[in-house]
Amino acid sequence: MSANEQNFDGAKGDEVDVSSAAAEPSRSHGIPGAKTLLDVRDIRTHFRTPRGVLKAVDGVSFTLERGRTLGVVGESGSGKSVLSRSIMRLLPKSNTIHSGEVLFEGRDLSGLTESELRGLWGNEISMIFQDPMTALNPVMKIGPQITESLRLHLDMSKGEARETAVALLRAVRIPEPEKRFNGYPHEMSGGMRQRIVIAVALACGPRLLFADEPTTALDVTVQAQILDLLAEQQRERYMAMVLVTHDLGVVASRADEIAVMYAGRIVERAPTKELFANLKMPYTESLLAAIPRLDQPSHSRLEAIGGRPPDLVNPPTGCPFSPRCPYARERCTQETPQLVTVDGHDGHEFACFYPVGSPETEERRVEIATRKGAA
Amino acid sequence: MAGSGSSHLRADIDAALRIENLVVEFPAPARKKVSAVANISFDLAKGETLGLVGESGCGKSTTGRAIMQLPAPTRGSVRLGDTELTSLKGESLRQTRPRLQMIFQDPISSLNPRRTVHQIVEEPLNIWGIGTQAQRAAKVEEVLGAVGIDPVLAAGRRPHEFSGGQCQRISIARAVITEPSVIICDEPVSALDVSVQAQILNLLEDMKERYGLTLVFIAHDLAVVKNVSDRVAVMYLGKMCEFGSPDRLYSSPAHPYTKALLDSIPIPDPEVGPKPAALTSGELPSPIDPPSGCRFRTRCPYAQEICSMVEPQMQMVSPDQHVACHFPLVATQPQDATTVDLTKRPSGGDGGDAV
Amino acid sequence: MTTGTATPPSAPTVRLDSAPSGSAATKSKRLNLGVAGWLAAGWLGLLLILAVLAPVLPIPDPNTSFAEIARKGPSAGHLLGGDTIGRDLLSRIIYGTRASFAVGFGSIAFGFIVGGIIGLMAGFFRGKVDGILTPLMNILLAIPQFILALSLVNVFASGGEVTSARRLVVLIVGLGVVSVPLLGRITRANTLAWSEREFVLAARAMGAKNWRIMLRDVLPNVLPSMIAIGLLGVGIAIVAEGGLALFGVGVQSPTPSWGNIISEGQSQMRNAPHIVVATSVVLFLTVMALNFLGDLISQRFGVKESAL
Repeated sequence: MSANEQNFDGAKGDEVDVSSAAAEPSRSHGIPGAKTLLDVRDIRTHFRTPRGVLKAVDGVSFTLERGRTLGVVGESGSGKSVLSRSIMRLLPKSNTIHSGEVLFEGRDLSGLTESELRGLWGNEISMIFQDPMTALNPVMKIGPQITESLRLHLDMSKGEARETAVALLRAVRIPEPEKRFNGYPHEMSGGMRQRIVIAVALACGPRLLFADEPTTALDVTVQAQILDLLAEQQRERYMAMVLVTHDLGVVASRADEIAVMYAGRIVERAPTKELFANLKMPYTESLLAAIPRLDQPSHSRLEAIGGRPPDLVNPPTGCPFSPRCPYARERCTQETPQLVTVDGHDGHEFACFYPVGSPETEERRVEIATRKGAA
Repeated sequence: MAGSGSSHLRADIDAALRIENLVVEFPAPARKKVSAVANISFDLAKGETLGLVGESGCGKSTTGRAIMQLPAPTRGSVRLGDTELTSLKGESLRQTRPRLQMIFQDPISSLNPRRTVHQIVEEPLNIWGIGTQAQRAAKVEEVLGAVGIDPVLAAGRRPHEFSGGQCQRISIARAVITEPSVIICDEPVSALDVSVQAQILNLLEDMKERYGLTLVFIAHDLAVVKNVSDRVAVMYLGKMCEFGSPDRLYSSPAHPYTKALLDSIPIPDPEVGPKPAALTSGELPSPIDPPSGCRFRTRCPYAQEICSMVEPQMQMVSPDQHVACHFPLVATQPQDATTVDLTKRPSGGDGGDAV
Repeated sequence: MTTGTATPPSAPTVRLDSAPSGSAATKSKRLNLGVAGWLAAGWLGLLLILAVLAPVLPIPDPNTSFAEIARKGPSAGHLLGGDTIGRDLLSRIIYGTRASFAVGFGSIAFGFIVGGIIGLMAGFFRGKVDGILTPLMNILLAIPQFILALSLVNVFASGGEVTSARRLVVLIVGLGVVSVPLLGRITRANTLAWSEREFVLAARAMGAKNWRIMLRDVLPNVLPSMIAIGLLGVGIAIVAEGGLALFGVGVQSPTPSWGNIISEGQSQMRNAPHIVVATSVVLFLTVMALNFLGDLISQRFGVKESAL
């Protein structure tokens, strides 16, 4: 498996010409025949810190088709939140080093000026943050927060914008939308505020939505409602979504494809069903095993991942997961594995020398089990 | 639901903590009052863990603080061993503090950012003047080691140098250092990543064994609660809906609200698929003006006229399951198909048996 | 706003994810302030040393008049020239530092202690304690402050026999009273916020007594902002003494203070502008230095809470 070192850099070359040709008619919505909405190529986002350069995102590539959902999963510090902000170019310029290309509808976002980007933000690309309490302006009525972008980007009249906003509030199932239009955020619960945040994000009919842990701050019951709402709006609007979360449970039934991030890189990527049925990366396995499950009896010991994510200023040599990996061998601490494709499963890639299911890993698994049994 | 009653209390146990008819009310504008906790009762045998679950606003955290007497409940009884806490005030209440400790949700907010880890963990011993300086230092070293923090490396550092999970470990060290009999854990893992959450849950189990603790574990995630609890209480808008052993509650929930909560848990398996959100309609009603009768009736799919008139009382379904509902699911639907689905083990490749 | 139209993502504080951008930014900012901060501290230190060592410095006596330098600019032996009646200006400014610093730091120390205690109690206990203490501070705020200080000096320290030491004490207390609501309110606001934190609840759950929580958990967190505002206040108090001097109720001549040097010099603004200009420059630099230092303290000792 290790010999099959086909990585993204190899694939990159052939595609460049196609997309730069397609980039010409830039504002035409939907290049005929092109299903790809977002094409991220080897982006790197490094921060200058007093301790040294922190590689928050270090060579991530993926494509996202129209109307599809990509789930990005990882622990805190895996770079998953920085990733979506890098793609949107929302990070402060002063201490950030960017490289790589982000093609949105064939247009390279890295070449855009600040004002061109502002034309995209909230209009064609929107974002929902984790905390609905701070995402809304507390001293501004709810209505104007929605109409603001409608009037700015879509040039609507006051009346039109108001009508559209009320319709949006209704679409996100806010009871009494006309009344709420004139209300303030603090009059509403967390779940209701997140609905408003979604309404604001959807106002201009974006074709791409970044949802950065949209339900982490909410109750499970509300989480289910919000995820349903997002799925429904996504279907209706044929909108693509990047759903960032630390919980594999959240994306399992909501994403078409899942990318697992670790130490600023994608370590496994596959269509959702393929990933759960045939996962390869020990890190993905550990993440899944750490979730407490209803079908386990009480007081069953959880399979916690020992240690913590690596320091991204001084990452370990070799595979960044090797210090925490139960199956790590000598090679893992010396060489860095690149993404390779699973034989016969197009679109399933992972970065591991001894993936789950390989003889070495199974052998080690048996060893660990016997040692545990003996103890 | 949302009932009162005490059929689930046990007379025959040596209770570490016994809560009876706990009521917490706060003043609200216009001479109204917020009914945050309305007549809750439960008991805990020594060494048991009680899980307290519900949505935010259900009063579970308020219950936890009322047990701590921070602030004291409006009415009701809180017995810690043989001591009735609600009758104590000032210095005599303060004297009981080492026996009853608390762990908070936000691991960063619960540690003073200006003090070192050693000072933070040692503080309870200093307050109570326990031991000599050398004995205290040894004890700090012992508990830090027990929670998996290297005492030598960590002692002189401040909380901001640690991750959320490590801060929660330090909080736990601080809570166990006086060797309390009961610890209230107020959403201790809600702010943590799943990977770290598992570490902390395992650690709590270890601490329980090592120090013989009795825990009240407050959380909104039922899967987490199931993992740690011996008994589970489901709360809704200040009332208790269902009470029982986790296995019973989760395999055959008797209360419609328990079932709704269970159905909301995302299952890490794409084959299961999301259930249509169980509580699509509405939000928690206001605790200032709670619904009459059963407080859950406004969101309950089975509500009938009686639910708005008569408050259901706790009744026994089986010795380890009690429910406060006029139309409990177990009586009407003993074999619930969806519930069985839920607990089915997902097919291969989930790595559940990984080490 | 969600759509990110205007603001870049704010630096997360509690969640541990994606901290690098924010923390890196604040760190580099802190280093920049360090240079200016050292300059500021150096200037204040220099003034302090000069004021203390004034008697042994090779400068003329501040109260001796030299007729030949009256209203004259800088000359050999008199680096800043002479004042209206020929006293050495440099010497008077250096000796004046003593009174000006005494008034500035003394009055703020008074406000710091009294306002700090009031603010800490009001913010920590809230309820009735707050209900009594805060209106009291508000009443002080409502009285025009200059008038308050002016009348205090007029009542307690005017007339022929009042010694300049007594005048100084009354000035310190007068300006100190004025600064009580300033420091009290900032202390109260910060105490309110910090008392909400779970570590305060945790301390209470451990059985810590109120005074212990106030002193060990709340005060250390509130102190940096108190000091920052306090240093700002020192600058204001020094300037205010100058203002009072114009009304004849500042530090009493012949004891020099920056205030009375300026107030005496302004009558000769046309003939001898150097008196007012030189003293004002010293005053200006001092106020600037105090402000810088205040900023530095709130930056450097502001709490770091985000990990990673």
